[in-house]
Amino acid sequence: MLRAYLPILILFLVAFGFAAFAVVASYLLGQRKPTRVKIAPYECGISTPGYGKTRIPLRYYTVAMLFLLFDLEVVFLYPWAVTYKKLGLFGLVEMMVFIGILLVGYVYVWKKGALEWD
Amino acid sequence: MNLNQIMTLLPLIILASFAMGILLIGAFAKNAKGTSTIGYIALASMVFVFLSLFLFVGKGKMAFGSMMRMDVYSIFFNLVFVVIGVLTILASISYVKITGIHSGEYYALILFSMIGMMLMASSTNLVMLFISLEMMSIPIYIMAGFLRNDDRSIEASMKYFLLGAFASGFFLYGLTLIYISTGATSYQAIANFIAGTQRWNLSKLIWVGIAFITIGFGFKVAAFPFHAWTPDVYEGAPTSVTAYMATGVKAAAFAALVRIFFSVFSPFQHDWTSIMWLIAVLTMTVGNFTALVQKNVKRMLAYSSIAHAGYLLVAFVAGNAMGRSSILFYLLAYAFMNIGAFTILMVMAKKNDYHEDLDSFAGLGFKYPLTALAMSVFMFSMAGIPPTAGFIGKFYIFSAAVKSHDYWLAVIGVLNSAVSVYYYLRVVVYMYFKEPEEEIPTYRFSAPTVFSIVLAVWGVLQLGILPGDILNIARHSIMALM
Amino acid sequence: MMSHIWLIPFFPMVGFLINGLLGVRFKRSWIHVIAASAIGLSFLTTIILFVDLMKVAPEARHFEDVLFNWIVAGKFKAQVAFLIDPLSIVMALVVTGVSFMIHIYSGGYMEDDPGFRRFFVYLNLFVFSMLILILANNFLLMFVGWEGVGLCSYLLIGFWFEKDSAANAGKKAFVVNRIGDFGFVLGLFLIVATLSQHGIWSLDFDVVFKNAPLFSTTTVTAITLLLFVGATGKSAQIPLYVWLPDAMEGPTPVSSLIHAATMVTAGVYMIARCNVLYSMAPVSLEVVAVIGALTAFYAATMALVNNDFKRILAYSTVSQLGYMFMGVGVGAYSAGIFHLMTHAFFKGLLFLASGCVMHAMAGELDIRKMGGLKKFMPVTFWTYMMATLAICGIPGFSGFFSKDEILWQSFHRGHIVVWLLGTVAAGLTAFYMFRLTFVAFFGKPRMDDELKHHLHEAPKVMTYPMIVLAIASVVGGYIGVPEVLGGSNRFEKFFEPVFTGGAAHALAHASASVEFLMMGISVAVAVIGIIVAYLFYIKNPELPVRLANGMKGLYTLLYNKYFVDEIYNSLFVQGTKDFATFLWQKVDVGIVDAAVNGVASLVEWSGGMIRKLQTGYVQTYAFSILVGGVVVFVYFFWESLF
Repeated sequence: MLRAYLPILILFLVAFGFAAFAVVASYLLGQRKPTRVKIAPYECGISTPGYGKTRIPLRYYTVAMLFLLFDLEVVFLYPWAVTYKKLGLFGLVEMMVFIGILLVGYVYVWKKGALEWD
Repeated sequence: MNLNQIMTLLPLIILASFAMGILLIGAFAKNAKGTSTIGYIALASMVFVFLSLFLFVGKGKMAFGSMMRMDVYSIFFNLVFVVIGVLTILASISYVKITGIHSGEYYALILFSMIGMMLMASSTNLVMLFISLEMMSIPIYIMAGFLRNDDRSIEASMKYFLLGAFASGFFLYGLTLIYISTGATSYQAIANFIAGTQRWNLSKLIWVGIAFITIGFGFKVAAFPFHAWTPDVYEGAPTSVTAYMATGVKAAAFAALVRIFFSVFSPFQHDWTSIMWLIAVLTMTVGNFTALVQKNVKRMLAYSSIAHAGYLLVAFVAGNAMGRSSILFYLLAYAFMNIGAFTILMVMAKKNDYHEDLDSFAGLGFKYPLTALAMSVFMFSMAGIPPTAGFIGKFYIFSAAVKSHDYWLAVIGVLNSAVSVYYYLRVVVYMYFKEPEEEIPTYRFSAPTVFSIVLAVWGVLQLGILPGDILNIARHSIMALM
Repeated sequence: MMSHIWLIPFFPMVGFLINGLLGVRFKRSWIHVIAASAIGLSFLTTIILFVDLMKVAPEARHFEDVLFNWIVAGKFKAQVAFLIDPLSIVMALVVTGVSFMIHIYSGGYMEDDPGFRRFFVYLNLFVFSMLILILANNFLLMFVGWEGVGLCSYLLIGFWFEKDSAANAGKKAFVVNRIGDFGFVLGLFLIVATLSQHGIWSLDFDVVFKNAPLFSTTTVTAITLLLFVGATGKSAQIPLYVWLPDAMEGPTPVSSLIHAATMVTAGVYMIARCNVLYSMAPVSLEVVAVIGALTAFYAATMALVNNDFKRILAYSTVSQLGYMFMGVGVGAYSAGIFHLMTHAFFKGLLFLASGCVMHAMAGELDIRKMGGLKKFMPVTFWTYMMATLAICGIPGFSGFFSKDEILWQSFHRGHIVVWLLGTVAAGLTAFYMFRLTFVAFFGKPRMDDELKHHLHEAPKVMTYPMIVLAIASVVGGYIGVPEVLGGSNRFEKFFEPVFTGGAAHALAHASASVEFLMMGISVAVAVIGIIVAYLFYIKNPELPVRLANGMKGLYTLLYNKYFVDEIYNSLFVQGTKDFATFLWQKVDVGIVDAAVNGVASLVEWSGGMIRKLQTGYVQTYAFSILVGGVVVFVYFFWESLF
């Protein structure tokens, strides 16, 4: 059974080996002449304003998390939509319940003020 | 899905509706911190669930396309969860007020996690098992950190979450391996697959899967060496939450463990017995020995909870019908005595001083004779002294071990039980034979708290004196599982 | 009615429960009425049962009343079941009757005692236990009663436990009785062990006696001797009699009821009940008879010089119990029971009289400080006289018939030494009883004036029961008038169905002239005893003093009760104490405790060690999960290979 995976293993080894070879070779063979431009974060485009490690408000994460949450739940709508005709009325009711539950969560989040920025 | 299936799901539907309702009420109410009204609503939901459970007695119905099964076994556990819920909610009503916990969120989370527990007991599908496990755990991660001004609580929540996620990883991986090697997620299908294949032709991954599932369950029931989080989390979490998770999570995890191991993995019983034996022995021993040196009663109870998990594992290792039914009985008994003990700790908790150390119990027997008496009953029961539920439970567990000719296990169990008497009785000794160092503060007893304690004492004594009915039901439930 | 035997012990139990549980609020008179009427009802029931029993043909006088299964252990079964036959009904009549009288009397005697309720609770419990002992249909239930009366005896001897002497006396009685019980229990074990080899798992009297032929002679001798050890404890025979004189520390009605009339006779009853077994073991019977005769004589000698009213009576009781054992020991079971009954009347009465005297004398018991009580307490005196004449064996009084029956039977059956000891003891009995009478009731009052002023007759509640018992002491013997005196000895006939093992009829009929001769001798001995007492204590009071000085050694020996207490003390008590101290200080503290504490420290130490694993760091915890996980993983993978 495991023999079937042998090609994958070989491929894996080859890929790893090539990458390692490339890095090591360029490290050994290439010459280094760093200039100010070369060590900048970006070689082109607009240079970064301010300091790189700015603190981002907690709100940002809350909103991001909530977005992710509701976004993910909405994904369920796709398979439902595909089989909607098959499911019939029952499917509709079930999705209503599902959305209803999401709505409760949404109302709760709203009411708790999680969506307000300040 | 027809009406019949909806009826089967009725307890869960009730719980979910109440949970969401409470969540909204909590959000819209002017001041939901410590409101007891919401507690009573949660209590009402328990009553409805209890009533709805009677509609299913004896009917092995499937729901969600055989992802879960409402049989006598699940109903037994659902009743255990209701008992746990009622006792916890009753005890919480004034505790929530004292600690200023947000009622709406608190009770909603209790109900949500109970849905998870109930699903765990009745799930017959690997996917459902995992979902229900998470559904139970996530609210409890949150609840453990409910005392936001208390570092210990936050630490508890964080630790529990991190380690829980870690263990969930193992668990999920185990489930995946089982799926990979059998090509099915339904218990029935997996069991059929295993039964229809020669042992030599089975993929080795099944064993690895069982190993990982064992680790996951080991974490949830706080078995050695996956128990390390228990003392810190139990100590840090709000006491009511500790009571709830010590009993509820343990019961749910054992429910799922027994179901999956004895109905799906039973052909591998010989394989798992030795390691489980070792885990059971180490769990009991580590739990008891460490509990001995604790000065904080709440922490002592946490270690004792590890030891109790060990006893339950003894019954699991014994593996015969008696052992399995004694797991059910013991979990119910444990619910009464453990929540009872924690309730008394809750009574003693003040805003800034939780009075959890042993010294707080000194002389309690003279100022609060009835409370001390109740505490003594719980301690006696945990130590396994007749005529209490703990005695009958332990008696059946060790008898089961003897019956399966595992004498050493029984002997080690009994010795452990003897060790445990020391630290349980120390509480009693402090209450009755020790002068309090400082004056005992005035504790207030609200009606629901008193009711909860009385209920717990009643349960402990009822199961201890007239255990026949419950033992029969437990036996019956186990039959339904097979 | 025969199915209601349970009523007999039921009433005292009810009395015990009512007074015991609810009595705290009751008035004293209620408590007394409840306690006494409980016994009264029990007495009444017994009489009804007796009448019913008499209506049945003699062979069929055997009824059992099974209440419930008590112990079912494997094949062994014991029931709570009662047995009525001639033996137990007579015992029950005596016990309930005398108890009833003494209960009434106690209401007066204990009137001012703060422990009034406690007293009656114990007393009812005692009667209940005694009835269980008597009515039990198996050895095990009998043993329950046996222990129950022992407990009540302990509680009542130490009734005034604030007095050291009372508490110690109770303890002594209890410990000495335990030695006897040990023998008794061993006897029961031996019965079970032997019978079970034949597939019989029962301790019912019926079953055991029916299967008695299964015992070998050695076994049955061992059994009967072991049971007799129990009897010597309970019935105060050599060598376990020492507790009874001390038991006089209890209230006087207790001395009367428990330590004279009823409990102490339990040993006699037990042997009579087991007559089937004893008759199979001649050696045991001989032992019983000889011990009985020795006790009768020996105890009488100690009574000669004692100066304590109640202790004289106590030694007298020991001596009279010796007679009863003589009776059963020579195989004349009905004679033993006969004496048991008459003794219950007159000795109970004597103690009640002593109670009246104590009351009048403000608790004083030294007879040298009494004197002339006759004229102050006429009723007490006359009833006391009836009892004294009865115990001395004066013809016409009950004691004459019963004691004479025993002496005659022992002579007739060829136990000459036993007879001789018994006869001499009869003389001694007459002497010490009349010494007591003359010193206490005759002569000049020797108490101080204040006390003399205080002297009074007892109240009616106390004297009436005494009168009843006095009548019984006089007429009680007429149910067993021997044939030679023109009677038909109905008493013995009545017992025939029970004492089939007695072999009374196997004996050749003795000639009437020999029987008359024997009777004459015992009467003469008694009269001599009385005359000597008269000479010593009325006619010539210096004589005993001179005699005592003349025989200093003997007097000291008797006065100090042969130093038996001291001997037992140094031989057994001190040795046991030393051994116990050794066990305690060296073995228990040194070895057992040290081991236990050592284990405890080890456990605690390892707890402390394990605790160090609890670092509080999540990474450690996760690491432990990982390590555990690897172990579990490796284990399962290993398992999968096989």
